[in-house]
Amino acid sequence: MTQTPQNYSAANEKTAFVSERSRWDRVKLTLGKSPWTARFGMIVILFYVILGLFAPWIAPYGEAEVFAVPFAPWDATHVFGTDQIGRDILSRLIYGARNTVGIALATTLLSFIIGGGLGLVAAINRSYLDQLLSRGVDVLMAIPSLIFALVLLSIFGSSAINLIIIIAVLDATRVFRLTRSVAVNVVVMEYVEAARLRGEGLGWVMRREILPNIMPPLVAEFGLRFCFVFLTIAALSFLGVGIQPPTADWGSMVRENASLIQFAQYDIKAGLTPLLPASAIALLTVAVNFVVDWFLHHTSGIKDTPK
Amino acid sequence: MNDILLDIKGLKIQGWSDEKWHPIIKGVDLTLRRGQVMGLIGESGAGKSTLGLAAMGFTQPGCQITDGSIVFDGVDLAKLSDAEKRKYWGNRMTYVAQSAAASFNPAHRLIDQTVASTVRFGISSEAEAKADARTLYGALNLPHADTIGDRYPHQVSGGQLQRVMTAMAMSPRPDLIIFDEPTTALDVTTQVEVLRAMRKIVEEFNTAAIYITHDLAVVAQMADVIKVLRYGQEVEEADTRTMLAAPKEDYTKSLWSVRALQKEERPKQDNILSVKNVSASYGKVPVLHNVSIDVPRGSTVSVVGESGSGKSTVARVITGLLPQRDGVVEYQGMSLPAKLNDRNKDQKKRIQMIYQMADTAMNPRQTVREIIGRPLEFYLGLTGRAKEERVRELLSMIELDDRFIDRLPSELSGGQKQRICIARALAAEPELIICDEVTSALDQIVQEGILKLLMRLQTELNLSYLFITHDISTVRAISDHVVVMQLGRVVEQGTKDAVFQPPHDPYTDLLLSSVPEMDPDWLTNLKLPELT
Repeated sequence: MTQTPQNYSAANEKTAFVSERSRWDRVKLTLGKSPWTARFGMIVILFYVILGLFAPWIAPYGEAEVFAVPFAPWDATHVFGTDQIGRDILSRLIYGARNTVGIALATTLLSFIIGGGLGLVAAINRSYLDQLLSRGVDVLMAIPSLIFALVLLSIFGSSAINLIIIIAVLDATRVFRLTRSVAVNVVVMEYVEAARLRGEGLGWVMRREILPNIMPPLVAEFGLRFCFVFLTIAALSFLGVGIQPPTADWGSMVRENASLIQFAQYDIKAGLTPLLPASAIALLTVAVNFVVDWFLHHTSGIKDTPK
Repeated sequence: MNDILLDIKGLKIQGWSDEKWHPIIKGVDLTLRRGQVMGLIGESGAGKSTLGLAAMGFTQPGCQITDGSIVFDGVDLAKLSDAEKRKYWGNRMTYVAQSAAASFNPAHRLIDQTVASTVRFGISSEAEAKADARTLYGALNLPHADTIGDRYPHQVSGGQLQRVMTAMAMSPRPDLIIFDEPTTALDVTTQVEVLRAMRKIVEEFNTAAIYITHDLAVVAQMADVIKVLRYGQEVEEADTRTMLAAPKEDYTKSLWSVRALQKEERPKQDNILSVKNVSASYGKVPVLHNVSIDVPRGSTVSVVGESGSGKSTVARVITGLLPQRDGVVEYQGMSLPAKLNDRNKDQKKRIQMIYQMADTAMNPRQTVREIIGRPLEFYLGLTGRAKEERVRELLSMIELDDRFIDRLPSELSGGQKQRICIARALAAEPELIICDEVTSALDQIVQEGILKLLMRLQTELNLSYLFITHDISTVRAISDHVVVMQLGRVVEQGTKDAVFQPPHDPYTDLLLSSVPEMDPDWLTNLKLPELT
């Protein structure tokens, strides 16, 4: 209370209520406070990732291995029975995690690279280039994306690569809009101006000054976008233009086994078979959304004071 | 008759942050009589705003009252539920916030917002309240008092909005008004008018008030008693005249020490930067008209003026962010390309900039090492150990130590942040540093520290400063030359003594006489020069 200007020291100035923590400590602290929904979501996602990565070791049979009996019932050899041409459903479910999730992930990543990159450029540039890109995106967004994807896939053929590129480009429009709108708020910050005054190039400003500061909304969007892409791919596969046989995929599995539902009155298990890949899709979507919700809440800065 | 309106005893408030409860107010007593104005002063983080709000029984989200009583007119607000307290808020006690612009609803007319709570509490009918509001606008010297209430918030100026907010606070004829830094965001010339209006109306209706600020000179004009707070505790309390004449505690004395800072004459050297007849515009709107400024090497040139005078635009032209339409910027006799992209690395390196808000001038995701290290790498090609050593050297130059090297900006205090920004500018080894309002967001003691640092660095490194500010006491303390700007034109310039000695240009005169002085009678005796 008797501090005078004589013994004033800048190093001893009182800082805000923030104690120094390493990044790892912060992660542990945040995880420790996560709600059960987020934990459930993370466990489910982890489970899917393990299934996808180690599918050949986990699955009892091969992806396209055909057995003698089509539409076999659930028993000890084929836990969930076999499909219309006699492939093991359980094995195909496990391989499906790899294919469907893998392709969805690749597509989402690609759409973020395209949309995010162009969005950042547009936000920094703010001139004719921004206008050109933004209006181009408006045009693309005006066309219903599922119909558009169907048209493009039937023109170019539905290989996995085409599938990834077409959906990524169509989805990049949404990513572009989000990135541009959050980045324009960061671009006007003085530290970006300072970097420009220093003479930094576009790449540095994008990667080092802006990107780290717009990460939270982008990560949240990544989660949601992943769900949408995943559902789009499943829908396209169900319609027959998505992932092509013999590659196992949950969307086409639903379609191929859909007819089994009418046997539910004789054997409830047979009726459940087409619902298995459908619930695999549903479960992952819900799990990702749980995690994203928590992440959004966490980064929104709402204070959870203990009562 | 009991004339004690508000009696706070042993108040303790804590705030939730970083997974812990932190004490914000650590046991403060406060007694306010009817019609009395109390000034609460202290640096940021002293808890003065929290105490001001607590006087209304209100705590911000994330804060809670843990101990003590807040007795308002015989009722302990600390024990009431929110619903019960709401009967007092906007009725018997009102609040004037720092940023009027952010406190008005942009979608409603001013007069409707002014009378809202008065009508809701049934104090008077809507027609009566509106008539009264117009009278209040007049009493607060608002132009077109009869019709200004029909405007929307964006159609009036910041100073006018602040006065409308005072009218809003006055409308229900409360017993107590809390003013939370109501003039901090205003220009000096506007501040004088707002202060006058506020004091007049508080005196006229004999309203008790708590006036929160960090500017002792401002509070001296308003308050009957002054209470100094620091770290959530009371330092001292005394009536205004006693406090100003004979502050007891060292801390209180240090609060106005910046005003005592002095700078010695420096020998005149050649001009490092010359702005010659520069005109510039934002789109089609002209902002600078034929501006000429010389910056001699090793000296400080202050550019003063109100907001909108174009002083920051001068900086943007010099740095190349806003190419001029006309005129030249010469650096050591050589003309600088107007566009930033046309300048080479060396030209960029020699002119560095320090910003007003250190918070936004540093990337919140980069550590001190990255912030200071980048210009070293970029301009001087330093890497690895050499870079690390230079970062440490720069930290010691700005009087910080190695402990800070891994911190993020959010882990620094306001003054420390500004010091890191200074170190970043120094890292480029510049010859000229443009300081854009670098101290205006800081507390008095911290301000003094920063100014002293800048002056020491100037002597050691023979740096030149172009110091943009609206704070006349800072200009007095540090500059060699002064440039006064108004509406994009240079009104007067010369050495500090020449500008500050009469006769002045009329605008300089207005600017100088608007700066509050540490004299409780200053506002009463003030006669502002008429501007023609």
